[in-house]
Amino acid sequence: MPNTNFIPWFVIIPLFNAFLISLIGKVLKRAVSVLSILSCLSLLIISFYGLNVLRISSQSALVYKIGGWVPPFGICMVLDGLSGFMLITVNLIAFFVLVYSLQYMEKYTDKPKFFTLFFLMLTGMNGIIVTGDLFNLFVFLEIASIASYALVAFGTEAEELEASFKYAVMGSVASSFIFIGIAFLYGFTSTLNMADMARILSLKPNTWLIPFVSVLFLMGFGLKASLVPFHAWLPDAHPSAPASISAMLSGVLIKTLGIYAIARVFFNIIGITKAFLSVLMFLGALSLLVGVILALSQWDLKRLLAYHSISQVGYIVLGIGIGSPLGILGGLFHLFNHSVFKSLLFLNSGAIDYAVGTRDLREMSGLKERMPVTANTNLIASMSIAGIPPFNGFFSKLIIILACLQKGYFGYALVAVVGSILTLSSFMKVEKFAFFGKLNERCRDIKEVPYLMRFSLIGLAIICVLGGLLLLPSIKFFLNGAVDVLLQGKGYAKIVLEAASK
Amino acid sequence: MTLYLLCLILFCIGLYGVLRKRNLVKIIIGLGIVEYSMNLFFILLGYRFSGRAPIDAQNQNILNMVDPLPQALVLTSIVIGLGVTALVISIAVRIYEKYGTFDITKIKRLKG
Amino acid sequence: MQDNPKTGMSLIVKTITRLTVGLILLFGIYIVLHGHLSPGGGFAGGVIIALSFVHLMLAFGKDIAVSKVSKNLASNLESLGALMFLGIALIGFLGGSFFLNILNKGKPFQLFSAGTIPLSNIAISLKVGVGLFAIFLALVILEGTKKEK
Repeated sequence: MPNTNFIPWFVIIPLFNAFLISLIGKVLKRAVSVLSILSCLSLLIISFYGLNVLRISSQSALVYKIGGWVPPFGICMVLDGLSGFMLITVNLIAFFVLVYSLQYMEKYTDKPKFFTLFFLMLTGMNGIIVTGDLFNLFVFLEIASIASYALVAFGTEAEELEASFKYAVMGSVASSFIFIGIAFLYGFTSTLNMADMARILSLKPNTWLIPFVSVLFLMGFGLKASLVPFHAWLPDAHPSAPASISAMLSGVLIKTLGIYAIARVFFNIIGITKAFLSVLMFLGALSLLVGVILALSQWDLKRLLAYHSISQVGYIVLGIGIGSPLGILGGLFHLFNHSVFKSLLFLNSGAIDYAVGTRDLREMSGLKERMPVTANTNLIASMSIAGIPPFNGFFSKLIIILACLQKGYFGYALVAVVGSILTLSSFMKVEKFAFFGKLNERCRDIKEVPYLMRFSLIGLAIICVLGGLLLLPSIKFFLNGAVDVLLQGKGYAKIVLEAASK
Repeated sequence: MTLYLLCLILFCIGLYGVLRKRNLVKIIIGLGIVEYSMNLFFILLGYRFSGRAPIDAQNQNILNMVDPLPQALVLTSIVIGLGVTALVISIAVRIYEKYGTFDITKIKRLKG
Repeated sequence: MQDNPKTGMSLIVKTITRLTVGLILLFGIYIVLHGHLSPGGGFAGGVIIALSFVHLMLAFGKDIAVSKVSKNLASNLESLGALMFLGIALIGFLGGSFFLNILNKGKPFQLFSAGTIPLSNIAISLKVGVGLFAIFLALVILEGTKKEK
């Protein structure tokens, strides 16, 4: 039985950090930066170590019982292939965004409160990924959501407050739908542990309750993941946040709160049916088209990127909804890739905002001469999102389209290709207006961004370039573990209960 | 069974408030009604016939109690509702400062 | 507490408040400490403790309440409450797992029993009580600065 004592530290470290920074933030300013970098780095190291322990152990899931209580009496924390994959994604992006925001947040007031809210959001996300109990998932989901409502309104301009209010009301209604779903499931199975609930649900007969709860969960988690038609909050909320928070929101929050929760609840607990998979595929394709078409007319850089987030989430849901091993591999690989290149794009827009002072594409041009690092990393990220070889976006989109063709869904494959072409056209527009061309008058004396921000941009760009190598057989474990968890469906219950009783 | 239907009606009243009212504060009140109706529904799920309150007392042999687990979970949910309400109310107060009105049909600077 | 006739409410309210504020605080502390024996516990007791300070603020005006618990003190106490709760959870690591109840559990239905549960109740009541009062303080101070402009 391998030592699983490292699992609670994913939740303890950011929570401790959040309140410590809130306490000492005003007095010791240098200590805040050092403390945050140390904790994010340690989280990243523990997530790599955790995946390594999982790989060399003989079981396929590591279970940690909180307080020594055996499930189903107590809450347990589960680290299996999907959790390990998501943990590395979340902590990697959080580390780069944190290093970036150490210097970016100089433009805003009240840095200690920013770091408190940032680490609370990270606690919520890590907690969702690691927990094995359904109500615990709801509590961590609320922690992350409330922290993100406050972070969207951080600048307290008029438009940011309006966007945050809209996001908060819609997010609360979605959380209440999720809560009703959990209430119904508890009333039906009288347990809250995920593995136990999966076991009992396969024993009980099929009634009207299961489709009803599925629709409630799809509405609730679908709003958190911003699937169409639940996407209306995202184009207002993501541009209004400070750029590093936009990168976290678009990059990891909508995937953890939305897609990971949908995958865990539907594939492992309730069990999937063909009808549900076709609903997922339809919603994914709809998000693809709607996102990319609405993005064509945007002139605000961050609003354009936010609409593209909706479209790329549609790709991921389309991939997962195909249901075959190749489709799920494509969907999860695209999840990782999208986190990397979308955060890079948002951090670049923040760099442009920091240097020039505007986000409107019509007011800037020719920034390539003055800001070489930003221009080159933006080129790499744009080519990744458009799906140009050899960057990582190409491989994941290719796998999704091939999986569609393999199962015979020619219409969906055509939709995916059309979406990719329109994405390419949007980003050619961004490149032309922002970076190429003659240098604009008002951008004459801008400088490149400070060194810490450059470090994040270059780091993420390197991962974009090397991302395709994740498909090599020697490191394919990273993705295969996650795909296997989703494919085994309700077998999750047996594995976790066995590992917990040791 | 009628109790569950009444909870659903309360939920729909709250949802009507969120969707159709034009004043910011009325939207927040509707959100509050939605959250309270769900908490009520969850506690009602734990009822057992001829059960009493789930508190253990000295020197008493108690046979049937109602389910205590939903009560603990609803406590958490009430705290979450309090947090969200406090946040949304402070945002509404700041919106009044910046826009000068509480009417959501006039707070429409973000479009497109 | 001095009676400044320009701020706060009328004389009758102020006299009764002087008598009842201490009782409300004491009742809140009772509910917190008996959290493992009777209904209540950390959150409910914390709300009642916050209510006593809010009562003071409503009856006497903002300045007296701020002089008892200022904004900085509220912020620091709140973080301290959360850190205390996390510390109690971490002490369980000495016994084996996170959140384990390792203190002496005593006999049931006594006041000093049930291990670390009364301590967690105290930490939670500190955080919730001071946090709720800080929310009121923030909204009232905001109103005050708006009227000055």
